[in-house]
Amino acid sequence: MPDHHATSPFRDYQLINAYDEMFTSASISRPQYGRLYQRLLELTPAELQQRQHAADLMFLHQGITFTVYHANEGTERIFPYDLLPRILSGGEWATIESGLVQRITALNLFLHDIYHRGHILTDKIVPADLIYSSRHYRREMRGLALPHNVYTTVVGTDLIRQPDGTFAVLEDNLRVPSGASYMLANRQVMKTTFPKLFSDYGVRPVETYSQALLATLRSLAPQRAEPNIVLLSPGVFNSAYFEHTFLARQMGITLVEGSDLVTHDNMVYMRTTAGLERVDVIYRRIDDDFIDPLVFRPDSALGVPGLFNAYRAGNVALGNAIGTGVADDKAVYAYVPAMIRYYLQQEPILPNVETFLLEDPKQRAHVLDRLDQLVVKAVGESGGYGMLIGPHSTAAERAAFREQILAKPRNYIAQPTIMLSRAPCFIDGKVEPCHVDLRPYILYGDKITILPSGLTRVALRRGSLVVNSSQGGGSKDTWVLSE
Amino acid sequence: MLSRVADHLYWMSRYLERAEHTARLIGMHLNFILDQSNGAAGQRRQLLLKSLHIVPKSPVSDDYDLVEVLTFNRTNPNALVSCIAAARENARQVREQISTEMWGQVNQLFLAVNATQMSRVWADQPYEFYQMVKNGSHLFQGITDSTMSHGQGWHFIQLGRFLERVMCVAQLLDAELQALAQDRYSPSTAAGQLALIGLLRSCTAFEAYSKVYTANVQRRQVVEFLLLNPEFPHSISFAIRAMQSALDGIATATDSHKGARVFRLAGRLRAQFDYSQIDEIIAAGLPSYLTDVRERCSQIHDAVYETCIDYPIEEKLAQ
Repeated sequence: MPDHHATSPFRDYQLINAYDEMFTSASISRPQYGRLYQRLLELTPAELQQRQHAADLMFLHQGITFTVYHANEGTERIFPYDLLPRILSGGEWATIESGLVQRITALNLFLHDIYHRGHILTDKIVPADLIYSSRHYRREMRGLALPHNVYTTVVGTDLIRQPDGTFAVLEDNLRVPSGASYMLANRQVMKTTFPKLFSDYGVRPVETYSQALLATLRSLAPQRAEPNIVLLSPGVFNSAYFEHTFLARQMGITLVEGSDLVTHDNMVYMRTTAGLERVDVIYRRIDDDFIDPLVFRPDSALGVPGLFNAYRAGNVALGNAIGTGVADDKAVYAYVPAMIRYYLQQEPILPNVETFLLEDPKQRAHVLDRLDQLVVKAVGESGGYGMLIGPHSTAAERAAFREQILAKPRNYIAQPTIMLSRAPCFIDGKVEPCHVDLRPYILYGDKITILPSGLTRVALRRGSLVVNSSQGGGSKDTWVLSE
Repeated sequence: MLSRVADHLYWMSRYLERAEHTARLIGMHLNFILDQSNGAAGQRRQLLLKSLHIVPKSPVSDDYDLVEVLTFNRTNPNALVSCIAAARENARQVREQISTEMWGQVNQLFLAVNATQMSRVWADQPYEFYQMVKNGSHLFQGITDSTMSHGQGWHFIQLGRFLERVMCVAQLLDAELQALAQDRYSPSTAAGQLALIGLLRSCTAFEAYSKVYTANVQRRQVVEFLLLNPEFPHSISFAIRAMQSALDGIATATDSHKGARVFRLAGRLRAQFDYSQIDEIIAAGLPSYLTDVRERCSQIHDAVYETCIDYPIEEKLAQ
């Protein structure tokens, strides 16, 4: 930007064809960023550096870490935190919120439908074989009535902002989404690093997330006055273990592992030093596959034998329900707008990203011709694994994916390379734009609750489009303004 | 409290106590052999191994080997570094149940020990290294007492610590007393006196002993002090009382039936110590007495597991 002098922290800030969260054009900031911009110009780089340092120390001292797989030493890492907030206006948030409510409502109606009568399949809105061929469709769930008919207790929907400034849904994470604890920790740290700015801005609070989550879990309880709610974690070696301990502590519930739970006569109990204690609700952070070795993967040592029968008998509730993964299969994702029209007779408020289904011969041919421009994703994967980013790929990688696609077209989808919007980040003493997405958390029990914020994930490697923490991403605090 | 959590707290504490005991014995040994002839030093090495109940995989020919096996050899599960790693791993599994300060201390101790190399310890001041480990363990106990609620978890920590202490001191006494029976250590000789003082020092008991019996070190009185003194924290009698009081705390917290086997066993062991006299014990035979104490501790350990940690679920459902 030409009008920034040589010592300005913005001296290397470039605008490209991606939407910029902060600037409309060179040095003209969007209204909600005005005060932040002013403040950043007043502070010296040393002062900014000092605040970043203080923030990093807070994360270190609180042990806010995640685990990286396949790394021998130092597998616990600090989740990189960016100093500067991402700011959304009240109006922008209102659109996001109503769009998410609409989408989650439709997705739950869809899940209920496909595990019961299957109207949407007989009406040929969604192809039946697409559903029945999904690895995440659980026949065991057919005909099971759930509290409030709700399947997705916690959802973390990944939103991206397109170059025209509108938000679109990239992924619905309906299985065991993580990251809410980072949203809360980021806010805690932000309040101590920029207290004055924060209070001047009128930021809507997120601190009630744990209470809202607890109330949501409580609403699932089979009829018992004081339900015993536990969080089921795979244990200390899981990448999200910090989050499990954080949320359990915040909610005041017991953190259990599979070996702590036993079943008897279709009841679930936890082993305590004072004997067995009945469990009513399990906030499970273990995938379907591993939750009960008697029903799903028999080699799972993480789960609880007999849990599924207790669940079917209605003696214990699970959040999220089993079998939600079928609706976040990336090939089923393409049909969510159709679901919204079918169940709610509404137009989707938040659009999908254009998606090619590779089972369709025409779409497949189109994609195979353009592998160097598109992003190919395996339908059942998450966390940025099993992906081909066309423009950044080598010929060998493309050849390998072509072969895999031809072998099992149902397992892949393709999307255009999306220009994620960019937000200012503090890197090496300067402010630079990095690509970001947004993951708000939607709680659904007897009602839908969405806390006005979310996890803004940042691709901190220069030019990178991948924001996943397992792939070198970081995060920043997300402010939703009250006006 | 989850059974798994109690299990980890208990073992965290046992391993740390074992590490501290090992550090104290090695430190004592290295000091002791300075006054010994070469022949006697070999015997002292065997004695140290026996006191710690360790059978090395390959023969130990000098003190360097010995210290390596007992301190840094990871293939020896009772080596000091293995004990501290195990304590830290148990703490890590229940990081949310202990205070941040406790985790910080056990982690720091682990990092310090792990970063130390045998050759450095040997070349520099071995004494300082073992002092650091002892201090680290003492600091952890102080931090535990002042930052953690003295509830059920704390009682499991106390139980682990004192049960391990009874086992360790009984083993040490057994090995030492057999060695002291040799002519070379006749109480009237200087060697005999030094050996008794060494035994007391192995339990940090020399000063406390002297306050009761003066520095006149007699075998009978040393045994009496280490077995039956009700006030000294490293005597077996003291540790048994502390064990029983931890079990009382656990019984109250878990609302357990006080007649359960574990509480009967602990109560009986304590009563035996409260009403024992040293002459009777010696007359009946010390080695079998000490073996009996260790066996009863094992039974208490098993009974705690049957009652609180690894019980058959049918039994609890029937209650």
